[in-house]
Amino acid sequence: MENRIEKRIELKAPMARVWRALTDYREFGEWFRVKLEGPFVPGQVSRGHITYPGYEHIKWEVEVQKMEPERLFSFTWHPYAVDPKIDYAKEMPTLVEFRLEKTASGTLLLLTESGFDKIPSERRLEALRMNEGGWTEQMKNVESYVEQKP
Amino acid sequence: MSRVMSSKSHSRVAAKVQAHAPVFAALGDATRLSLVAKLSGGRRRSISQLTEGSRLTRQAITKHLRVLESAKIVHSVRAGRESLYEFNPQPVVEIKKYLDLVSEQWDQALARLKSFVES
Repeated sequence: MENRIEKRIELKAPMARVWRALTDYREFGEWFRVKLEGPFVPGQVSRGHITYPGYEHIKWEVEVQKMEPERLFSFTWHPYAVDPKIDYAKEMPTLVEFRLEKTASGTLLLLTESGFDKIPSERRLEALRMNEGGWTEQMKNVESYVEQKP
Repeated sequence: MSRVMSSKSHSRVAAKVQAHAPVFAALGDATRLSLVAKLSGGRRRSISQLTEGSRLTRQAITKHLRVLESAKIVHSVRAGRESLYEFNPQPVVEIKKYLDLVSEQWDQALARLKSFVES
């Protein structure tokens, strides 16, 4: 178990095509199932609502971070912000990054979502530093414990 | 579906979102992870036992245990003059489930992206 999510997917489409699907707000909305109010602009908030049947009441709100053509598209959001009764603005957002790499057959898309360990300042326990190797190694111990004793 | 869950349990999980960050944060430290690893064997241990073999002072270990305790990853129980610490797997199980769900949502979204750009 990691405290970040990483995905990689091979797409049989040119980088320009993938870039457009990611960053054109109408195209993004098509596959992501969200109706957005306007184009993505770095530093600005993008708003809309989910179009997936049964979840239309859910608002979509992210802050666009970086748009480096055909290389990197990133935004911050609150994952799983699905309960209208909870004020997610109080929580620290996670960072979603889409990175593109050219391959022989098209495009390699790398997705990461990170920052699950961030907590709002008023709840910050202390300055925390990640130890990558230690984390991975030790989480195996915790995980095997958890799996033995569900 | 993006941040939308496929199961009926979505509001239950969402309600717990606020409890996740401190658990991730508490586990994001090598010393605390090693304490969790020691306790995850299932035996209760005292601060002295947990300090043994560590380069850290008893005071430093105590501080780390408090962080784990406030995230409910460990409990302490009094045993005479000592406090004994024990592992509580529940918060770790919860964040694992939560990450699995977020991960599954991405799998679904990326599969839709794939058919969108390849068609």
